[in-house]
Amino acid sequence: MTEKTRSENAFSLRRRELLAGMASIPMMSMLGGPVRAQDYPTAEVNTTGLAVTDDTVTVGILHSVTGTMAISETGSVQAEKLAIKQINEMGGVLGRKIEFIQEDGASDWPTFAEKAKKLLVNDKVASVMGCWTSASRKAVLPVFEQYNGMLFYPTFYEGLEESPNVIYTGQEATQQIIAGLDWVAKEKGAKSFYLLGSDYIWPRTSNKIARKHIEEHLGAKVVGEEYYPLGHTQFNSVINKIKLKKPDVIYAIVVGGSNVAFYKQLKAAGIDMTKEKPVLLTISVTEDEILGIGGENIVGAYACMKYFQSLDNPNNEAFVAAFKEMWGDDIVIGDVTQAAYLGPWLWKLAVEKAGSFDIDKIKAALPGIEFDKAPEGYVKVHENHHLWSKTRVGRARDDGQYDLVYETADLVEPDPFPEGYQ
Amino acid sequence: MTSGNSFLTRQELLGLAVVSLLILVVLPASVDIFRLNLIGKYLTYAFVAIGLVLCWGMGGILSLGQGVFFGLGGYCMAMFLKLEASTPEATKIQSTPGIPDFMDWNQLTELPWFWEPFHSFPFTLVAIVALPSLFAFVIGAAMFKRRVGGVYFAIITQAIAAILTILIIGQQGYTGGVNGITDLRTLLGWDIRTDSAKYVLYFVNAGLLIAVIVAAQAVRKSKLGRLLVALRDKEDRVRFSGYDVANFKIFAFCLAAAFSAIGGAMFTLQVGFMSPSFVGIVPSIEMVIYTAVGGRLSIFGAVYGTLLVNWAKTTFSETFPELWLFGLGALFIAVVLVFPNGLAGLYRSYLQPHVDRLLGVKKPADDDEPASDAVPEAAARAAE
Amino acid sequence: MFADYSWSELGSIFAMQGFAGLILFSVFVLMALGLAIIFGQMGVINMAHGEFMILGAYVTYLCSNFFSTYLPALFGIYFFVAMILAFFASGALGALVEWGLIRHLYKRPLDTLLATWGLSLILQQAYRSIFGAREVGVSLPSWLLGSWPLTDLIEIPINGLFVMSLTFLIAVGVYFLMFRSRLGMQTRAVVQNRVMAGAVGINTERVDRMTFAIGCGIAGVAGSAFTMIGSTGPTAGQLYIVDTFLIVVFGGAASLLGTIASAFTISQAQSTMEFFLSGSMAKVLTLLTVVGILMLRPEGLFSLKIRR
Repeated sequence: MTEKTRSENAFSLRRRELLAGMASIPMMSMLGGPVRAQDYPTAEVNTTGLAVTDDTVTVGILHSVTGTMAISETGSVQAEKLAIKQINEMGGVLGRKIEFIQEDGASDWPTFAEKAKKLLVNDKVASVMGCWTSASRKAVLPVFEQYNGMLFYPTFYEGLEESPNVIYTGQEATQQIIAGLDWVAKEKGAKSFYLLGSDYIWPRTSNKIARKHIEEHLGAKVVGEEYYPLGHTQFNSVINKIKLKKPDVIYAIVVGGSNVAFYKQLKAAGIDMTKEKPVLLTISVTEDEILGIGGENIVGAYACMKYFQSLDNPNNEAFVAAFKEMWGDDIVIGDVTQAAYLGPWLWKLAVEKAGSFDIDKIKAALPGIEFDKAPEGYVKVHENHHLWSKTRVGRARDDGQYDLVYETADLVEPDPFPEGYQ
Repeated sequence: MTSGNSFLTRQELLGLAVVSLLILVVLPASVDIFRLNLIGKYLTYAFVAIGLVLCWGMGGILSLGQGVFFGLGGYCMAMFLKLEASTPEATKIQSTPGIPDFMDWNQLTELPWFWEPFHSFPFTLVAIVALPSLFAFVIGAAMFKRRVGGVYFAIITQAIAAILTILIIGQQGYTGGVNGITDLRTLLGWDIRTDSAKYVLYFVNAGLLIAVIVAAQAVRKSKLGRLLVALRDKEDRVRFSGYDVANFKIFAFCLAAAFSAIGGAMFTLQVGFMSPSFVGIVPSIEMVIYTAVGGRLSIFGAVYGTLLVNWAKTTFSETFPELWLFGLGALFIAVVLVFPNGLAGLYRSYLQPHVDRLLGVKKPADDDEPASDAVPEAAARAAE
Repeated sequence: MFADYSWSELGSIFAMQGFAGLILFSVFVLMALGLAIIFGQMGVINMAHGEFMILGAYVTYLCSNFFSTYLPALFGIYFFVAMILAFFASGALGALVEWGLIRHLYKRPLDTLLATWGLSLILQQAYRSIFGAREVGVSLPSWLLGSWPLTDLIEIPINGLFVMSLTFLIAVGVYFLMFRSRLGMQTRAVVQNRVMAGAVGINTERVDRMTFAIGCGIAGVAGSAFTMIGSTGPTAGQLYIVDTFLIVVFGGAASLLGTIASAFTISQAQSTMEFFLSGSMAKVLTLLTVVGILMLRPEGLFSLKIRR
């Protein structure tokens, strides 16, 4: 009784906000009306001892708040908190408010594993939104598989993985790479590519796929491929090499602080990306990174993502407005932030479809889940636990936003183990 | 241990008993397996801290690259476990079954030659200790024979840690790159991920730690230990007395490396992976602080210091993640400015008199300790 | 690899590569000069050197915001104001740190290492709490952006030129300060014999504080200049620390000239290797060579013969 009144009060009090946030209400609950907790007795929806009570359910948020990765992971934390808040305003999941326990991975992979274990073993959370780098995901993966947890992982990544205990809400490598390369070959007539990246698994794997596609499917050639240590700040030598080779496309997967140095030095060396050639195509610079790089240093570059803050659709408008209301007007939203926002929603939909919080039932329910109020438009969970989503190319403006210049007509199928690209 | 009293005073026996009681009985009895596994992980850092007591506290050689040896030991163990996990059946979806997954992703089609010997468990066990010691020997021989010491040694070991990190990350086809070697499952067919395995590993780890403590005490009580202290305080005088100073330093450094490597191997077993983030500069310096908090001369202190700092880290980063770095930074400064003798110093000032009375010790039996303890200050004053 | 190019192209590339090496050299000198003073002259291992640089970078960021909001007309010259402020901000923090921390530790160099490491952690978290975990973008006046085309292929980056001239000015300034000014004389006297220097009436404590402050101030200017080519974030300072120490040690810690020579050697080696090898391997090889040479010649390239 009590929770009924509470949820109804919450409902009427927050109606205005709710109407404003209407755009993000998923179809299912709009049709079914508010779900009441007493229709789903705790004993039935939670048979494995998760942290579910009669009126709350606890999830975990596991990102780095300290250390070098805090720069990147802040946006994901904010997006996840926003999604949880919005879901709660709509009455929660199976009538239960979502509460969250936030843990700090401290940019340190064993810490991630340790905290993941704490969330699953001690706190018995019903799902975890978290991780950012591949290394942190690799570190927590055995923990999630051993204790049968559910992880929603937001970052675009190198693929080569498919765990029943993870939903990858970002793109795997082929989703991010192939359509973009096709576009640049067709629209810009690109014949030669210079591949460049930070030295770790994601850029290396991505460039491997890119090279195969360029050489075998586009009939173009790769004139150089280089990697620099993470945090490297001197790119003058490689810029000279690029000038010597005169590629049509500079394909850059530089990350973190190196990004800032790379684009500033590229501009200073007289490579003007607003001109026809060379085209700079990146898969690592979102609106978040541009904050540090400075719009004037990267204006004219193309980025291949699935989401840009400037996307023109009602879902995205509502999302951006809500995000700014919660976190301030001068905040920017990048691709990963949006993917992180999807996590809590997909989990909610899966729980409702399964009618249970049990991990095994959610696992069974997840493939095929559709979310048509996603800021990026519409996404669907694939059998392989990745999302069907569109690939988009945007061009950087000097105010740090992207103009959409191309998007695939259909959703691109996720293919974490691409045949012929390994 | 029959000759215990010849190199262990009554106080030290008490200390050993207390440590053993704590890590073998009290901790396992009072926390659940999750926390116990965490403590096991912390205790692997204590191996490094004890090594640092020998080479830094006693020998005055500050290495900022102990992570290198910890990492080498850990990687040796991880390579063995990874090969065991990469059976042709388990990896049949790969284009080359039977090699570790990350090699397959990097287009390697056969196992690199230096991985081959790690199919053998005895070889791995030997390599865990031998490889890091050998590496330490090369570094130590090159530097100490040329009388490089103090600050220069610290900076060069730091650079070596940086180089090795870049190298491991850059050669990801051979090393697993920044992700490290992950998803380790079994040791000789025994699943190391289960709770019971974690209990067993914890006790193996604790047993090894106690063995290392005893070994370190033995070294400290030996002539070698006294020479180390002597050459820290007046290297020239030791040299003029006819000793080959460099050899003693090299030995201490190698021993510290071997201890660290054992810790690294136990870390891999208990945590289930190894990554370059333990090799770099930041973890290496953090390991120095464990020793400093314990009191840089005290072997028992190193264990308590490690436990205390890591316990604080886990607790504070759970409660106030954003304040943790302030706390850790303040700890570094406090341990240098206010408590240069760390926990061991506090113990000696406040607790030891009472313990002595209980044990019936008339005067401090430990003749070298009080003198050497005050070293930072005393040496400073002497130099002025 | 050169078969496909004409001689003029090759010539331009070598010219540009040489210039890239010179920029790297300037960057190294800027990073290392402050540390050479603090470590080389005073024997203090300042692990927080990178954080002092980042303080300068944040001061520049604040200045750029202030000027673009309140004094847009003067935005073109804000960078000079920012550098001066960065010098004084980092210098003042340096003096404070010397007073609160370093002066207690002059006899224990290894302990300064630990204490300043702690300080660097505190500063990093302070930057994170104040400026946020994300990197900040420092916008530059338009005259500092872009390049100056010399020929078709050769383009001289203007900010590169700026960093080079700045390095030159600071190096000359440091030379005069250390070898021609009263403070410099006093510093060198204190370094060589503290007791005697005190006996002839030099206020050694004041000299220590000034020297440390100036070293930190130069780090601040370096950080300010680096906003043109690198990133500004709470942990960016850590990227520089290994390189910086190696340069100073490689040059022979007590010699300022040695620092400059070693910066030149390392930068040319690195930029040449980067051209012929891939980036990561070039870095590893450079560091390995430096460490190897240091093992053979631990006193560095240039060292004063002093009795220990």
